Amino acid sequence: MNAVRSVCIMAISLPLLAGGCDDMSKQDRENPYASRNSAPADIAQGTVPYHDAPHPVPPLTAGLLQRGRSEYHAFCAPCHAETGNGDGMVVQRGFPAPLPLVTPDGHALPSRHVYDVITVGQGIMYGFAQRIAPEDRWAIVAYLHALARSQHATRADMTPEQQASAQ
Amino acid sequence: MAALFTPRANVIMTASVLAIACAVTSGCLLWFAWPYTDYARQVGWTIEQPVPFSHQHHVAGLGIDCRFCHSSVERSAQASMPPTFTCMTCHSQIWTDAAVLAGIRDSFLRNTPMTWQRVTDVPDYVYFNHGIHVTKGVGCESCHGNVATMALTYKAKSLTMQFCLDCHRDPGSSLRPAENIFDTDWHRVPSTPGPAALLARYHVGGRNLTECSICHR
Repeated sequence: MNAVRSVCIMAISLPLLAGGCDDMSKQDRENPYASRNSAPADIAQGTVPYHDAPHPVPPLTAGLLQRGRSEYHAFCAPCHAETGNGDGMVVQRGFPAPLPLVTPDGHALPSRHVYDVITVGQGIMYGFAQRIAPEDRWAIVAYLHALARSQHATRADMTPEQQASAQ
Repeated sequence: MAALFTPRANVIMTASVLAIACAVTSGCLLWFAWPYTDYARQVGWTIEQPVPFSHQHHVAGLGIDCRFCHSSVERSAQASMPPTFTCMTCHSQIWTDAAVLAGIRDSFLRNTPMTWQRVTDVPDYVYFNHGIHVTKGVGCESCHGNVATMALTYKAKSLTMQFCLDCHRDPGSSLRPAENIFDTDWHRVPSTPGPAALLARYHVGGRNLTECSICHR
């Protein structure tokens, strides 16, 4: 009798267990790249497009400058070159050359102007609002000031350690 | 009555038993090992894309950073495929007549996204977040290989659970300084901070990285 009972339990439980045997690597969930449901929602009342939201200038720190350097090299240097002169690799391959980012007397362009150009673009330059976060745009602006200053730096601007290593 | 089996029968029987044992053993080994082979994992297979994009040309030739196209990689779980807008940042001005880029221009004019095919994928039961890896010192190269050498993009690593755990058990040796995260062919140099220093810098190691729920949620 016991044997019959165990066989019955097995007969019922094994198919139930087998029901769990599916390919877990392919699960039914939304693919953000290919779903109609994940399309952007209608713009809610009383909101502004994200690049129009106010983004105050962050405090100037060494970290901000380092971040700006990294972002500048990733997003700007292909055309504007690491020096800001506008002869980057993509320009060497035929892209129309942009104007220098550093004025001849060694100043960076106005901060707000640079920020806005990064956001919405200018002329043939596309906007980078989707690619560069607002705080990173400010970081790039800050780095441009450092870049401008570095191009007219004198020995007096160096720290004693830097002067020693430059001997 | 003569013997039913000749002495040869012993040899045949032993050989048959051994052959069956061998077949069963190798069959089992194949069954379990097959999914872990690079062939079954499609390591090194190029995947056909709507436009034959060359990382070699764009990364090694032009020096474009990973983030120029995969711009959400530092902030999001997804590195993100670039929208056509990103391609057109340059290709609205250069190679504007190239036949190979017809698909890109078409996508831009019709406002329909490119259907780029995913090259590197993990199963759906694995939670993987790009942002935390990139901001905690894991370079793209660690999982994606040296994409600057790939004329057509392929999956460079097996991405088995073993592969993930190798690093999660000993993260220090895979970390790199923040300025080298996006380098495609990076090697430790004498001035590189050691694994322990990098672990401390990125505050990695406070939590057991081999807990199930780190990856399976």
